[in-house]
Amino acid sequence: MELGPLWLTVKLALITTIILLIIGLPIAYWLSKSRSIPKLFIEAIITMPLVLPPSVLGFYLLLAFSPQNSFGKWLQEALNIQFVFSFEGLVLASVIYSLPFMIGPVRSALNHLPVSLKQASFTMGKSEVQTFFYVLMPNIRSSVLTAIVLTFAHTIGEFGVVLMIGGNIPGVTRVASIAVYDAVEQMNYPLANIYSLFLFALTFVIVVSVFILNKVSVKSPLE
Amino acid sequence: MIKVDISRKIKTYDGNRDLVVSHSFADLSITRITGPSGSGKTTFLKLIAGLIKPDSGTITVGEKTWFDSKQKINLSPQKRRAGFVFQDYALFPNMTVMEHLTYASQNKPLIHKLLATGNMQSFVNHRPAHLSGGQQQRLAILRALATEPGVLLMDEPFSALDEELRIALIADLKQLLQEIKTTCLIVTHHPAELDGLAQFTLRI
Repeated sequence: MELGPLWLTVKLALITTIILLIIGLPIAYWLSKSRSIPKLFIEAIITMPLVLPPSVLGFYLLLAFSPQNSFGKWLQEALNIQFVFSFEGLVLASVIYSLPFMIGPVRSALNHLPVSLKQASFTMGKSEVQTFFYVLMPNIRSSVLTAIVLTFAHTIGEFGVVLMIGGNIPGVTRVASIAVYDAVEQMNYPLANIYSLFLFALTFVIVVSVFILNKVSVKSPLE
Repeated sequence: MIKVDISRKIKTYDGNRDLVVSHSFADLSITRITGPSGSGKTTFLKLIAGLIKPDSGTITVGEKTWFDSKQKINLSPQKRRAGFVFQDYALFPNMTVMEHLTYASQNKPLIHKLLATGNMQSFVNHRPAHLSGGQQQRLAILRALATEPGVLLMDEPFSALDEELRIALIADLKQLLQEIKTTCLIVTHHPAELDGLAQFTLRI
């Protein structure tokens, strides 16, 4: 058995979670601020990966980034980036696929904070950025943690979107979920079992930790 | 002198109406603002603080124009720095009493003076969840005063407190306002509670 797919899975989940933390928090804040028709559409697009079959998302990403099409060709020629059948492609697909898992809990928590907290900070001369980091974020910590854990777990559970854009290249795009599928195809059930057990154990620990987090958050200072 | 001459459409339970206020507040005066529910008392305070934008009119504080719809001047709440005591206090659950005050101000001597006048020295390391209703209320006032505001806006600051606590806190507030001089606007549902504190009454 090779450990490659397991390591690749963890690496992909880690990188995806870090990227989503950086881009997800500002987007969640922006979405929580007020409602408008354009925002509604953007929110719908961000939420789509929750309901869309992963193969559909993967298919469109494959079309968009294929070097045979203009955008993919431009990326390859101008920037020397290839998203199809590469680890970078997996990261990009995972970021899009797990976006709602990072944004959903954070946006909902921000909406539940009394608006007066933000306003009080503004009247004290604090900017939106200062208010975000010193007042808003510390008071939704448990929701941010839940979002991080869910994003990580969801990325580990990816299959369809990863297979579509990344294929099954050992050491590059063959993550654990694909290694299971590959082993079963080759009738190597013991190997499939090892990968499956690893995924099962890892996601079980993660889900349990989300429950513990939620229990702790009930005792948060806001309650 | 704070001169307010504004109009703003507000939504009430029986439809939309215009909140129109034209009034001057003398420097360092204490004015109670009264009126029936839904008359726009809270909105009026938020219009002055810059948290809501008037439809038209002007707000000037001393020589400075905070808002002028014709000249398209609209200072942000950050630039106006009005002291605001919210009806729900808006204390930050993550911060201790001391952290609330240092977040508002870098002025250490002022912070210590506020803590002493507000009788809060023993609670500097407490978070809002571990303060009584009266202490939370006092902290909200001290935090607003820590920014050394030109105007202090208070939205029904005593509505959630029982009679005894209310009398004690009004006495405290009186002392605070004597020490830290600022123009003060207090929205209240019970005008009588501010007898002896407020010098003027504005009905909207």
